[in-house]
Formats: sequence, C-alpha cells, structure tokens
Amino acid sequence: MTVPHDAENHSRLMTQVESPSKPQTAAEPVVGKPIDRLDGRAKTSGQARFAAEHPYPDLAYAALVHATIARGRVTGFDVAGAAAVPGVLTVLTHENAPPMEPPPRPTLANMGMILTGAPVNYLHTDEVHWNGQPVAVVVAETLEAAREAAALVEVAYQESPATTDFAAQEEHAVLLKGNPFQPGTAKKGDAEAALKAAPVSVDLRFTTPPLNHNAIEPHATTAVWDGDRLTVHEATQGTTFLRTHLAARFSVPVESVRVIAPHVGGAFGGKGPVWAGTLLTVLAARATRRPVRMMLTREGVYRTVGGRSPSIQRIALGATADGEMTSLIHTGVTSIGRVGGLPEGVTAPSGHLYAAPNILLRHSQVELDWLPNTFMRAPGEAPGSFALEAAVDELAYELGMDPIALRMRNEPETNPIDGKAFSHRLLRETYAYGAQRFGWADRTPEPGSMRDGRWLVGMGVATAHHGTNRFTANVTVRLSADGSVLVRCALQEVGVGAATVQAQIAADALGVPLDAVRVEHGDSTLPAAPGAGASAQTVSVSASLLAACDKLKRKVRALGEGASYAEILQRAGRDHVEAAVGSETRLGALAGQAKFMARFLRDQRRWVKAASGAQFCEVRVDPDTGEIRVSRWLGVFDVGRVINAKTATSQLRGGIVMGIGMALSEETLVDPRTGRIMNPSLAEYHVPVHADIPPIDIHYLDEPDPTMPLGLLGLGEIGVTGTAAAIANAIYHATGKRVHDLPITLDKVL
Amino acid sequence: MRSFAYVRPDDVAAAVRTVAAQPDAKFLGGGTNLVDLMREGIERPATVVDVTGLPLEEIEELPDGGLRIGAGVRNSRLAGHRLVRSRYPMLAQAILSGASAQLRNMATVGGNLLQRTRCLYFYDDAAACNKREPGAGCAARDGFHRSGAILGASPTCIAAHPSDMCVALAALDAVVEVESVRGVRRIPLAGFHRLPGDTPHIETELAADELITAVELPAVPVAANSRYRKVRDRASYAFALVSVAAALDVRDGAVTGARLALGGVAAKPWRASKAEQALLGAPATEESFRHAAEVELASAEGLPGNAFKIDLARRTIVATLRQVLTEGGAA
Repeated sequence: MTVPHDAENHSRLMTQVESPSKPQTAAEPVVGKPIDRLDGRAKTSGQARFAAEHPYPDLAYAALVHATIARGRVTGFDVAGAAAVPGVLTVLTHENAPPMEPPPRPTLANMGMILTGAPVNYLHTDEVHWNGQPVAVVVAETLEAAREAAALVEVAYQESPATTDFAAQEEHAVLLKGNPFQPGTAKKGDAEAALKAAPVSVDLRFTTPPLNHNAIEPHATTAVWDGDRLTVHEATQGTTFLRTHLAARFSVPVESVRVIAPHVGGAFGGKGPVWAGTLLTVLAARATRRPVRMMLTREGVYRTVGGRSPSIQRIALGATADGEMTSLIHTGVTSIGRVGGLPEGVTAPSGHLYAAPNILLRHSQVELDWLPNTFMRAPGEAPGSFALEAAVDELAYELGMDPIALRMRNEPETNPIDGKAFSHRLLRETYAYGAQRFGWADRTPEPGSMRDGRWLVGMGVATAHHGTNRFTANVTVRLSADGSVLVRCALQEVGVGAATVQAQIAADALGVPLDAVRVEHGDSTLPAAPGAGASAQTVSVSASLLAACDKLKRKVRALGEGASYAEILQRAGRDHVEAAVGSETRLGALAGQAKFMARFLRDQRRWVKAASGAQFCEVRVDPDTGEIRVSRWLGVFDVGRVINAKTATSQLRGGIVMGIGMALSEETLVDPRTGRIMNPSLAEYHVPVHADIPPIDIHYLDEPDPTMPLGLLGLGEIGVTGTAAAIANAIYHATGKRVHDLPITLDKVL
Repeated sequence: MRSFAYVRPDDVAAAVRTVAAQPDAKFLGGGTNLVDLMREGIERPATVVDVTGLPLEEIEELPDGGLRIGAGVRNSRLAGHRLVRSRYPMLAQAILSGASAQLRNMATVGGNLLQRTRCLYFYDDAAACNKREPGAGCAARDGFHRSGAILGASPTCIAAHPSDMCVALAALDAVVEVESVRGVRRIPLAGFHRLPGDTPHIETELAADELITAVELPAVPVAANSRYRKVRDRASYAFALVSVAAALDVRDGAVTGARLALGGVAAKPWRASKAEQALLGAPATEESFRHAAEVELASAEGLPGNAFKIDLARRTIVATLRQVLTEGGAA
C-alpha cells in the first residue's frame, strides 16, 4: 500500500523534478514543500491592489438598476429623480447607451465567447429575462451618488408569464444527450430490470437547493478607455478570454484591450464567465469618456452572477445479499436559464465509482426565467456526489454491511460506464489509510449508539471524486546571467497560490533557488492561458512551463559548459536566454486549440483520469434542538503529485468548508412566485462561520499520475465533493434520521 | 443612500430638540442596524443625530441592588460588566450570543432595543411589506418565513423581533427611560415593543422624537441562576430561530422562582408569563418544564415554513430549564 503523506509532517517528502543532469546545482528542490504563498506579504500588508482599488484621476463610479420582474419588457424609465441627485453624470438605459455587440457564439477560433455568462446584450434590449437583470446603469462622481440615484430610477414594465418555480417544472424536464465533456446521459446493461431483480435495493429521491459562490471580493471592474484602447482591472478567473470577449463586444481589435488582474479575492467559478457588471462598466466608461469603477454590492452579485442550479435526483441501487452492486440508476433534473446557463451534470460521479454491471444515467433539464446558472466549484460532482454517496450508505445499512466494506467490494478495475482504463486509481488506499487514522473501527454501526454526554455522535464517510482536465497554456521563461528567472504567463491567481507553485516548478527545473524566480501573471498582455477553472490551471500551465524550461536548458547548453546554467550564460557573454511555448498569433492560437482538441479526444479514448478521495467526518447532534455540529474531519486524497504541501492542503480544506456549508446551511432562496432571490446577503445566506468548522485533517497520497505532466491530477474542486454525503451519513448514524434534502437544517432532524 | 445631514450634539436636551424640530430625523447609536437599513434604502432620514457623544455611558448600581445602564453603553461592555455577569448572567450570555465581536463593540443598548426585523421581504423594497409600506400586503406569509413569528402575529405581519439582549431584558422586568422635549417617562420593557395588529409599521411605544436614555434593571435575585440559550442555523453570526432566557429558583425540589422569555418567536421579546405561573410551586422536573412550555405555546400558530419553531421552542424551553437546574447559571 502507498504510504500516505502527512500534510503536517513534511520531512519525508523529497520530490524530484527533472533537474539539470549536466550542470550541477546546489539549490534544494522545492516542489512538494510547504512554501508560503509568494503574494502573502503583499496581501497581509495591504500592498496588493484588487480590481476596485486602482486610482485614476477623474474616476467615476457606476451602479446598476435591477429589474424587479422575471420576464417581460421595459416600457419606460423615469430618471428625473436619479438625474437630480448631485454628482450624477448619466443614467444609461437601452434608450441611450452607446453601441455594444451581442455575444457571438463560441467557436474554436473564438474561445473567449465560451465564457458568456448570459447571452443578453444589456442596455440594448427592452427585454427582461430574469428578476434582477440590469436594465440601467447610473454613473456619478461618487459611489454614494451612483447608488442613491440607481435606487431612484423608476422603471415601468409590461410583464409576461414567467416560469420561476423549479420544483413545479420537474415533470417538464427535457433529457440531455450530453457531449464529450459532459456525458450526463449514458447506459450499460438494463439497470431497471436489474434493480427489480435485486434481492436488496434502495430507491431514493434527493434534492439540493440553488447555491451561490460568495467570494469575499464582490465582482468589480475599473475600466479606462484611451481612444479605442481599453484597459480593464477586473475580478476575473482569466484575463485571456475576457480580453477576447471584450474586444468582440466593443468592436475593437483584441490587441487594443488589456485586462489586468494580478490579485482576485476568491472566485469559485463565479468569476469565470463575463457578467453584466464588467460589460456595463466598460460601456459606462465609453459613454462618459471617463475611467469608471463599479464594485457590485453583495446583492448585485446575487442578481447578476449566476450560481449553482438546484437539483432533484433519483438514485436507485440494487445488490446481491453479499453486497455486489448489480444496478446503479442516477437520474437528475437541474435547471438552466431560458436564455442560457450551464448544464449542472449531477450524474457525473455515477459513471466512475462502482463496478455495477448495469448502469443508467439520465440528466434532464428545465428552463426557467432565472439568471443563467454557471460553474460553481465541482459543477455536477458536488450535488451529484451528495445523492450517490448518501444512497450508497443507505444500501450499506440495508445490507447490514460496513459502508467502507461495501465500497471496497464494488471498487472497479476499469471505468464502470465504458470499461476504459483508469490512468491511476488509489481509492482503496485512501479509505484504508483514512479508516485507520480516523478510528473508523471504533464506530458502533447502530444509529444513535454513540454519545458524548447529551450529544448524539455519528461518523460518516463518502467518496470524493473529480475528473481531471487539461487545457493549453502559453508560457515564456527567461534565465538571466545573474541567475534570476522570469516566468511569464497569463495564469490567474484567485487566491490559491497558483503563481507560487509555478515558481517552485521553475526553480527545480532550472536548478535555481525559489527566490530567484519571479512569475508575472494576471495580465492579458502575457502569454495566453486558460484561466483558473476546472481544477486545470496548474496542470495546464505546469506542462507548458516544464516544456519551456526544457527548451531553455537546451538553448543554454548549446552555448557551452559551466557549473550552472547562469554560469554558462556568463561565460558566453549573454545577458539572458528565453524560451517560449505556444504561439500568440491568431493562427498559433487556433493551432493550439486544435492540438488541445486532438489530445483531448485521443486521451479520452484511452484513459479516464480523475482525482479521488475518502471523506471522514464526525458530527454531534443535540437531541433537544436538532443542532448539528461537525466535530471532526479527515480527508484523504489521491490528487496525484502535490507541488506545494501548504497551498494544496488549504485548497482541499477550503473545498471541505464549502461542502460543510452546502450540507448544513447554504441555500439561495428564490421565491417561486417571482423568481427573485430573497436572501442576497451574507447575513441571510448562511455560509459557514469559523465556529461551524472543526479542525480539518488533510492527507494526500502524493503518488504521481503516470500519464500527466508532473503527475498532477488537479485539486481545486475535489474537496467539496462527497462532503455533504459524509455529513448526511454521519447524521443518520447519530440520529437514525435520513435527510435527503439539502441543507440539513435542524428542523429536519427534530 | 440618500444624502443626509449629520449632527453630533453633546447633551441630551440638544439632541431631543433637534429631532423634535425635524420630523425626518433619526437618532443614531452604534449604527449597526440603522446604517445597514439606510444603505438598503429602507430607512431614509434627512438628518441623523448621532447620540454616541452624549453622557449616557454609565453603568451604575442602584440602591436596591438593581442596575441603571446608560443607553449609550456598548453591548460588549455591558456583557463584560462584573455585576451583569454575576447578577444577570442570562443578559451577558444573550448579548454575547448576538452578532459578532466587532458589531457588539459598536452596538449600543438603546440601539439594540430598536433593532428592526430581519424578515426577508421587509429588506427587499421590490416586495410587498405592510411594515415598510402600510397597506401594501405581506409577501412573507406565502413566501419564505423561517424567521417569522409563531406568537402574536397578525394577518398583516408575521415579522419577528431579532434582538437577543431584549429577550433577557424582558425576563428581568427591565424599565426603559426615555426623554423628549416633553420630559422624561419610563416604559416597562414588557410593554415597550408592540405586536403588529393592524399597524405593523408601529413597532414600539416610543414616539418619533423620544430618545432612550437608560435601561434600569430591578434587583432580581433569581436571575443569578440563569442562562440564555440561542438556537440558530449556524453556530454563530445568525439570528435566533428560537431563543430562551431562563432563571430558576428551586427549594426542596419545588420551583420557588422562575423567569422565562423567548426570542425569535414574536414581534416582541416574549415574556413567558403563563409558563412562569405554571412553574411556580411545581416540582422541578422535566415534566413540569414540558407542561409549562406547552401552556405558554398553546396559542402558538405556525406557517409551513416556521411551524417547526413551536416544537423547537418547547424543546428549547425544557432544555434550558433543565440546564439551569442541573448546571446552574452561566455567563
């Protein structure tokens, strides 16, 4: 068995990255080490500037006016009250806004369009598509004047019948066929027949509510036009795509747009797409010929930035009496906005986790007059793993089996839905190690059998799973004769240590100390990168960075010999040598995308790649009030190689915190009568607070995936998967109550 | 928010004169609720009279063993006060269970009394709300009303009062001292907040130009043995679904003194007088506690989204009384 790596004890971790074999180096390898984030000091000392913190002379401020109907048309505005507020520069509506183009459909040559949050040409239409859609923008000399005036804009509407009740639409859901990226519907064998024939079975219905990301930094934009040149400071997950998106919307060449975002205060998918706030700030700057800043209010984020779709899921499992799974059915209904959104592929985990000979996956969707939903940490896998892994626990109880034993009994050798090979699969090892470390053997399986004083105590487990993605990224690396290294890449730092890990990789690859490496990132003038998302950024960028470093070393070696690469440069009288991977030309970008698609399809035919893990938790439930407290957590993960023990642990832990919120308290309350979000604030949308979070013990196996660059599998999202199920299972163990509807609030266990 | 004039008088007379002269003026304490409401456009005063510069920050012991608390005393200071912790532990606990440390450092006693409801429809000016706009209707009744009242609600309004501190004050028979250009008057806390009836927009007995200057606590010996229990949707920084302030005096196995009040269940901090009556003289047992809770909650009415609070209130009353009985008071 693989010996897991203890995140709190780094002494035995010595990871080797291809070091220069010829020129020897004194630098200690840093890949794998718990390195402090390079941006830590700038952030803790207030030096780091975020999107709404860039001063410009003559800066004006913008605020949004949100529709208060779910569907219909704007029939008129009364802006007299708003215009009368001292300091107001203009009130922009569809009646007077300068031109902006509708978003074109995404193509291989125009990937920036894939990140259209909602295909609405704001302020160029009188149509309202959701309750909260921006219908006007006020620009003023001060933030206060802009917001006050926005509140005074009177809008008249003609309402149309709207579909705003998710639960009521379930029967009208339309089956999705799926695509290579998201095969939500699939089958193997005859799962319904096998279910009927199974001696032991469960057939359950689960629901999960709409959720929102709640990054601590609200979405913010500072936009500056200089003639037809545009500079945008933005809270975004990717500057490259945003640049191409803005160029298309505002009809200027891509080269005329610069997006700058070195620091972003959390994103979780919500800052991936381009939303109204960004576009309307740029529009407002164009209209007023002044630099304009707009930081959305928290309410503004809820009303204009999509969240996670709700879901209704059915899981049916059949098994033989000794626990061999014979049937697995996972159907899911999720929502999408009538004008767009992301299919939340809740059935995703069920194709990969259990060796059932009969599997049926069906993903259906309803269209609602809601703000288009979008990526939120582990789309599909987070709500899907709740239903699947809670159902597996119920099956274990039906069988009288230990839930870990049931999982191990059905652990597949190949990918269950299609028989493809796993590139890597160490789920057994995560469970074996986790069970031992968590003290699973001390658990008495009978519900309600464990107590601590008056508290009912329960222990639960669930499997975490997240598919691995890889995109193309361009990188340049420069080595100077003084031994310093400059890595340039438009990778995005959303607060996770993304730039730090690339510095570690470059340091080891070139045999220089970490502090000799500088990483320029978060700027669209840098070599193009895919952005922070899909747990793929570090995987994608490191592959290119390693290739660039190899190229660089070959170039340097060609110059002569020396004890280090820097010395070779000195001897050769060269100031620096640079190597690049990827092309910045349009043709080059196209070739890059084509290469990506070819590799993706080739890889996909051959392998199924995923990170996985075992989530262990202990909960306490107050028998009087139903209050639930998570008291202990252990996550053991197989995420391939880990580059930075500290930031990786933080990422995994953060995912679990998000999962605890999803399990126990988070819910976006959309009034089914109006489609309006009624709790658009951190006071009423309950993310976990510190007091809700126990110490979270994180371990990872640190086993490189043989098919991935550096052996990475990506770890940005897996932490949230399985978390809600582990909690639901622990609550059952504590109380004997099965709760199938998230969030599991105290009234559901009374 | 609407532009407003700001004044910070240094004596009470000037403060009340200013507000009396301007019907569109509001007193500002710590600002932890009023400023939020101004940002949301729910409150739109033309003038804000900051009363944190007034000499209302004393906590004095009264000759009878009670306390006089200046209206400007910050919540965190009150909770940490030696005599509050020893004589009225339920009050210290109630305050510490509310908001966050930063907010408690700002919030004043007077301001806490005037906290407005957290009903989601009150906060959204696109929604119908009789409290915000009399006669507009109540969108909460058929909408989300998890925080809503189960006692004393009316067809026009189901909003609940969100304060923790006031629940303890209700149990302690606090008296609110108020001052205006017409002079000083004293209002018992039990009658300070109003039930909605047909006028949910009128939340207290306080006139628009009256300033809260102090809260007086009488000597309540039984309160030395008291606790506050708050049940909510996360471990901290959330308003109560149900809260209970309970004090108990037991001699020879029988209840000889009891104070009980509930939070999160009504438009006012709910003094559970019927339960107290039922407890007096009864054996100090779980069964008596349950009976007392049921007597108090006999008139409770729930809606689909908050009916669970009736059962939750019963359970929390019993659990809190049990804890006071077995573990004593705690601050």
